[in-house]
Amino acid sequence: MNFETTIGLEVHVELKTNSKIFSPSPVAFGNQPNANTNVIDWGYPGVLPTTNKGVVESGITAALALHAEIEKHNHFDRKNYFYPDNPKAYQITQAEKPIAHDGWIEIEVDGEKKKIGIAEMHIEEDAGKNTHEHGASFVDLNRQGTPLIEIVSKPDIASPDEAYAYLEALRQRIQFTGVSDVKMEEGSMRVDVNISVRPIGQKEYGTKTELKNLNSFNYVRKGLAFEEQRQQRVLMSGGTIQQETRRYDENSGQTILMRVKEGSDDYRYFPEPDLPALEISDDWIQKVEAAMPEMPGKRRDRYVNELGITDYDAMVLTQTKEMSDFFEATVADGADAKMAANYLQGDVNAFLNDNHVDLQDTKLTPANLAGMINLITDGTISSKMAKKVFKGVTEGQDPKKFVEENGLVQLSDPAQLQPIIDSVLADNPQSIEDFNNGKDRAVGFLVGQIMKQTHGKANPQVVNKLLMASLKG
Amino acid sequence: MANNISKDQVQHVAELAKLELDDNQLDYFTDQLGQIIGLFETLNEVDTTDVPVTSTVSDQLNVMREDVADNWNQKDALLANAPETENGYIKVPAIIDESED
Amino acid sequence: MNYLDKDLTSLHEDLVSGKITAESLTKETFANIKKTDETTQAFLNLNEDAAIKNAQAIDQAGIDADNVLSGIPVAIKDNLVTEGLTTTAASKMLENFKPIYSATAVEKLAAKQTINVGKVNMDEFAMGGSTENSAFKITKNAWDATKVPGGSSGGSAAAVASGQVPVALGSDTGGSIRQPASFNGVVGMKPTYGRVSRWGLIAFGSSLDQIGPITRTVKDNAAVLTAIAGHDEHDLTSSTKKVPDFTAGLDDSASVKGMKIGLPKEFIGEGVDADVKAAILAAADKFRELGATVDEVSLPHNKYGVAAYYIIASSEASSNLQRFDGIRYGYRAKDVQNLEDVYVKSRSEGFGDEVKRRIMLGTYSLSAGFYDAYFKKAAQVRTLIIQDFQKVMQDHDFIMGPVAPTVAFTIGEEVSDPMTMYMNDILTIPVNLAGLPGMSIPAGFSKGLPIGLQLIGKPFDEATIYKAGYVFEQNTEFHKQTPELGGQA
Repeated sequence: MNFETTIGLEVHVELKTNSKIFSPSPVAFGNQPNANTNVIDWGYPGVLPTTNKGVVESGITAALALHAEIEKHNHFDRKNYFYPDNPKAYQITQAEKPIAHDGWIEIEVDGEKKKIGIAEMHIEEDAGKNTHEHGASFVDLNRQGTPLIEIVSKPDIASPDEAYAYLEALRQRIQFTGVSDVKMEEGSMRVDVNISVRPIGQKEYGTKTELKNLNSFNYVRKGLAFEEQRQQRVLMSGGTIQQETRRYDENSGQTILMRVKEGSDDYRYFPEPDLPALEISDDWIQKVEAAMPEMPGKRRDRYVNELGITDYDAMVLTQTKEMSDFFEATVADGADAKMAANYLQGDVNAFLNDNHVDLQDTKLTPANLAGMINLITDGTISSKMAKKVFKGVTEGQDPKKFVEENGLVQLSDPAQLQPIIDSVLADNPQSIEDFNNGKDRAVGFLVGQIMKQTHGKANPQVVNKLLMASLKG
Repeated sequence: MANNISKDQVQHVAELAKLELDDNQLDYFTDQLGQIIGLFETLNEVDTTDVPVTSTVSDQLNVMREDVADNWNQKDALLANAPETENGYIKVPAIIDESED
Repeated sequence: MNYLDKDLTSLHEDLVSGKITAESLTKETFANIKKTDETTQAFLNLNEDAAIKNAQAIDQAGIDADNVLSGIPVAIKDNLVTEGLTTTAASKMLENFKPIYSATAVEKLAAKQTINVGKVNMDEFAMGGSTENSAFKITKNAWDATKVPGGSSGGSAAAVASGQVPVALGSDTGGSIRQPASFNGVVGMKPTYGRVSRWGLIAFGSSLDQIGPITRTVKDNAAVLTAIAGHDEHDLTSSTKKVPDFTAGLDDSASVKGMKIGLPKEFIGEGVDADVKAAILAAADKFRELGATVDEVSLPHNKYGVAAYYIIASSEASSNLQRFDGIRYGYRAKDVQNLEDVYVKSRSEGFGDEVKRRIMLGTYSLSAGFYDAYFKKAAQVRTLIIQDFQKVMQDHDFIMGPVAPTVAFTIGEEVSDPMTMYMNDILTIPVNLAGLPGMSIPAGFSKGLPIGLQLIGKPFDEATIYKAGYVFEQNTEFHKQTPELGGQA
């Protein structure tokens, strides 16, 4: 039997706003428990929510980035359920008329491009945090009311690799809009996954299972791959799939049954009477669009056409907004685009990987990187010396100063180099003879001697030229 | 009228609403709710084809707050009103079903 | 001194002239409440120390001669939160709850130098029409202590009618200001939805709730609404429309000449008591005599109002009252072993039967499989009810009718029969569903109990019904009668 797989992804993205979605309390992390809460966040008797305009604008921005259609007349609904981190016992969300629907993003798997549809995108409030310890739960409502967007995919994703690519593409696009940090490890991006398989040719979708505890894109891919295989095995052996929630176990790489779903939850949605409906005019959309940062596709085109770098380089540089912004700033500071691209993909990336840091958390600045590249292009330092300078630059040092203070200036003046060359030649008659006998190796040896004499500061190109002239002369 | 809603349904609704009813109350509410739901059924006499819903009668549309943070500094007063707190957290007895969340 | 049945204008004159002070008035008010409330049982919680201090401060600063509310004692319905002053919504759930902020309407009244003397009784969470659903006490009708004061703002109306305070705030979700005002022979206004901020009003039916004043005269009422109305940044459903001075023109120049009044035939049909009907028809004649025209109109969907209302209000209530879960404030049951216990026991012990009934009705109406048949259907019928009003209002200035089909009924008579109770609201409910302003003014008596006349205006046109109510009041004697139980006895 051959199977086809259908994967659905619901992605929650935390928006970077100053205040909460329905209360003016600050959106901030790392404070004392409940420090960023007020009567609204606690669901006090008599309180009312107020819609944060910034959240609506972020929602419009994200919708545009996902090529989604914006619902001009949308409203909030209440989703009712009891939980200690849900103070009103209802979440204000959008169910009936979300802010956007029918979008898409493009992914590429094994060189093949595919559009993945987005069913809908809505804005809603996050819950607080509940921690369990010693037979009790402890509730911190700081996170309560943090704005979220939820992005629901259409059943277009057909493999764990496509799911991975979708998440990558989604993260990239949202990140470029600047509305969120979209970091799974920090909880600003959360993924709910469901998967079903069915024999090829079967019309109805198979019974789906939900996967939890997928804390990275990689785990999403692995968990889905395991679950895809498991479901196929169950069906092959004549079994049936239960509607259930399964947990991904990072150690074994398996999914483990958490609970079987009995019917669907009854959230008793109804329109939120405390908040006026939202009416989003074309004018407003245009304003938001005009203020939107350039998306990765446009940036890539510009890098290739205007800056003359390769398609591949352009693609790598636009993986993250931070990298792309850094690249543009480096070029703006006068660096050669190709060299900037090479450095960012090479030394800079290696540095970030070695130290497990993000670009924005380092002391690297576009100005210093550009300064270093300019020292290379004008011949002040060699690319070998640049290795040392780069280290200084990662520590936040000005490359010019660093070069001066460390005596790293390259020796390019023939008037200074010629006497050294002459003396090396005088000391090594054997090498001259070897050269004359056609042994090219001798040149390398002589250059090495010259470099040794100059403590590596000699400009290799100039040395080569002068040496050849002397040997042939 | 009593068959407008069954005891099981009343029990289910009570559970959704986190209310517990003893047998007497269940009978009592089933009977009363049945009568009232009978009244609700009279709405079926009204033809509402193509009639839009009204979920608010406010004259306001598109009113929003600017995204400016303002901490009202109510933490201590809020915690003081909570039945049980510990180290700045609201404390509640454990959830039995550990598989939730 | 006998000034407790005076209206605001004369109290204000006495305060400005120095005949009385805010302090003496406040102290006298408390003395009188303590005496009369043994019978009336209107107050849940007196604010005596703070009120007297406040009165002294106002005296010290000087009574504001341009502010008719300066130094005036007011009572607040106990579902409006008052910072530091216990607010219970007449529920065991909030028995010892001390709010940490105040309702906008309460703050606006305080800003006008009124003196909050205390919190008054109501049906638990404003659910009911007799104040018998209070978890704490049964308030008595000011005219007959064996009768209910109406509800849910029964404490507010009884306090004003019995001469305890000249002004009280109430709230009205399906008639909860107008019906008790009617039962107690005082003036009660439910403003247009959005006219008064709901910030700090413990929510019952969020799309229906409005705060409004209960007073002895129309002009007093207009003065209080002027003070509490207006847009509030905390309530996005509150209207940004300009608030006029509703007292403007309430003088000898006021007239109903040329006004067109609609009297819906459904409002004087089956189920309406003969005395009530007679009083309303007499009021119609009075308006005609004063130069207005009154003609019969129809609100064909009126009879579906009760069903639509109880679905919508209960659905919203079921959601609004979920926050009372024993976790962050209010009642938490003892002997709880786990989270489910906290929820179920706290809520089952903390809520009274009527509240549970509505929570279950609402939960049912919203639950999977029933939403379309109940909630959505009711929200569509609501549209038809609104359209009925719009049609009539196209060629009428306002609508008149009774407030309630009967006068006040006997305590204990109907409380165990929710269906009958719910049907009592048939004439007030449509006004909330449509969000219109509606006012009750005294218009007669039946066997010694007051009959209220309801005036229903166009959206945000409280001014017209105030004017018509004022003219009616000036040309009738009903409002001048005071109950024997009252404060000056």
